[in-house]
Amino acid sequence: MTGDVAVLGAGMHQWGKWGRSFVEYGRVAAKAALADAGLDWRDIGSVVGAETVRGGYPGYVAGSTFAQALGWQGARVTSVYAACASGAQAVNAARAQILAGLADVVLVVGADAAPKGFFAPAGGERPDDPDWLRFRVLGATNPVYFGLYARRRMALYGDTAEDFALVKVKNAAAGALNPLARYRAPVTAEQVAASAVVADPLRLLDICATSDGAAALVLSSMDFAGRHGAADPVRIRAVSTVTPAFPREVLDLPDIATDSAVAVEPAPETFRASIARAAYEEAGLGPQDLSLAEVYDLSTALELEWYEDIGLCAPGEGAKLVREGVTALGGRVPVNPSGGLASFGEAVPAQAIAQVCELTWQLRGTAGERQVPGARAGITANQGLFGHGSAVIAVR
Amino acid sequence: MSRTRTPVVAGWFTEDSTDEDFRLLGTRCSGCRTVFFPREDRFCRNPGCSGGELAEVPLSKRGTVWSFTDGRYRPPPPYVSDPDVPWEPCTLIAVELAAERMVVLGQAAPGVGVADLEVGTRVEAVPGVLLGAPGSGGPRTTWNWRPVPAPRPAAPEGGTA
Repeated sequence: MTGDVAVLGAGMHQWGKWGRSFVEYGRVAAKAALADAGLDWRDIGSVVGAETVRGGYPGYVAGSTFAQALGWQGARVTSVYAACASGAQAVNAARAQILAGLADVVLVVGADAAPKGFFAPAGGERPDDPDWLRFRVLGATNPVYFGLYARRRMALYGDTAEDFALVKVKNAAAGALNPLARYRAPVTAEQVAASAVVADPLRLLDICATSDGAAALVLSSMDFAGRHGAADPVRIRAVSTVTPAFPREVLDLPDIATDSAVAVEPAPETFRASIARAAYEEAGLGPQDLSLAEVYDLSTALELEWYEDIGLCAPGEGAKLVREGVTALGGRVPVNPSGGLASFGEAVPAQAIAQVCELTWQLRGTAGERQVPGARAGITANQGLFGHGSAVIAVR
Repeated sequence: MSRTRTPVVAGWFTEDSTDEDFRLLGTRCSGCRTVFFPREDRFCRNPGCSGGELAEVPLSKRGTVWSFTDGRYRPPPPYVSDPDVPWEPCTLIAVELAAERMVVLGQAAPGVGVADLEVGTRVEAVPGVLLGAPGSGGPRTTWNWRPVPAPRPAAPEGGTA
């Protein structure tokens, strides 16, 4: 298949709050991915950095920052910013360079040192920035939007707070088996219910934390992989990076209102569903082919929505899947076997890359205690501020 | 006589209005009739529209609750609040406007909590003051969503309004 690129290496820095620069985290992850690939940094023809706008100095120059930290060696360099989708866009840029013949082997790195508590927009008076406006005018933090989605699910589908808690319990159980996760203690439904409400109906343990973290991949052409002795590598078969379609009917971060649908009838599928569909179409496979999925569980309730959007079940049936254990380790299609953002927290430029790291280890069969038996295909899905959406499909 | 009241953003709602005549202000494209809120004064964002003039238009005063939640923790800046005053949870309501076929988020009127709301509840836009924001330069006015008072018992059949 000519559209495939090989995943030769995957690596991370353990997630947590470490109090160091994103540059250090990224360098650790890059070194781990290079070692996993069996390559020297000087063998790399191109480096793609997923950018942070928060951490480090000055933070807007991720590709070159990592290249400098690893030692200037003259590689092609690219920096990508797409909010939470930055990591997937970085994978996409690397893949495009490989498929275009611009590079044989590319290092992709994302790292961040996140602030404690709520994410907030960059400073200054910026009333032309919708992200600034939603905080200034409404105090609408990210959990506020997650709360709106959760409450809407309760009204439309009859989901309960107990259903949401089951997602946390499931992801914490998986994260407890992952040495790279920040949180490694099992969590009970009672603990979720006893945690403070952040944005009704969601509680502290329904919402992912902010973390430091880093993830990296070494991607190559299939020819390079063959020459390098990797005859049967994990392959990336699709990278979706689609925008919403007008008019977008679901209120999304950071907007204060949706598009008006008076002039154009909305598409029948949601933006999140379109992200996965684009990836399925490019990969030539569908939800029935999945062994596992890694989705953005920014909140527990949002993970249920992703089940529906990536086609594991019909709209409104997400809670049934988690109740029946379908998406737990040992279930038919484990979702977030890494432990998800529930166990890692958010390190914005790193997390979409970390999702692909987990697919890689699962498809290689090297995921240890959290291994999904016989995994052959997996999808990642995420959504970034300002209308970025991405999904990656990897196969073995 | 009264202190100057400054809108949190100029041009998003009628100023110096009573509860009855208060409206959010958007813009409407003369080409395709799409409505924008917050107002879009530069270009129509409908990809199928060949372009039109964007004129100010008041939005429907009433709508129904699409969803709702609250913020139990103090939001970070640029939200303005007095760190010396304990944070009071702020209710936020996303409201579906039937005529405009859009959803608009806003703070609930003071005293309205999540227990007072359901998806589908009828609400109306009324003038408000930004919660938690003593700020500098006087109060900042904004819009609030407030449940529409329950109708009086229905008049007998054939009765007059």
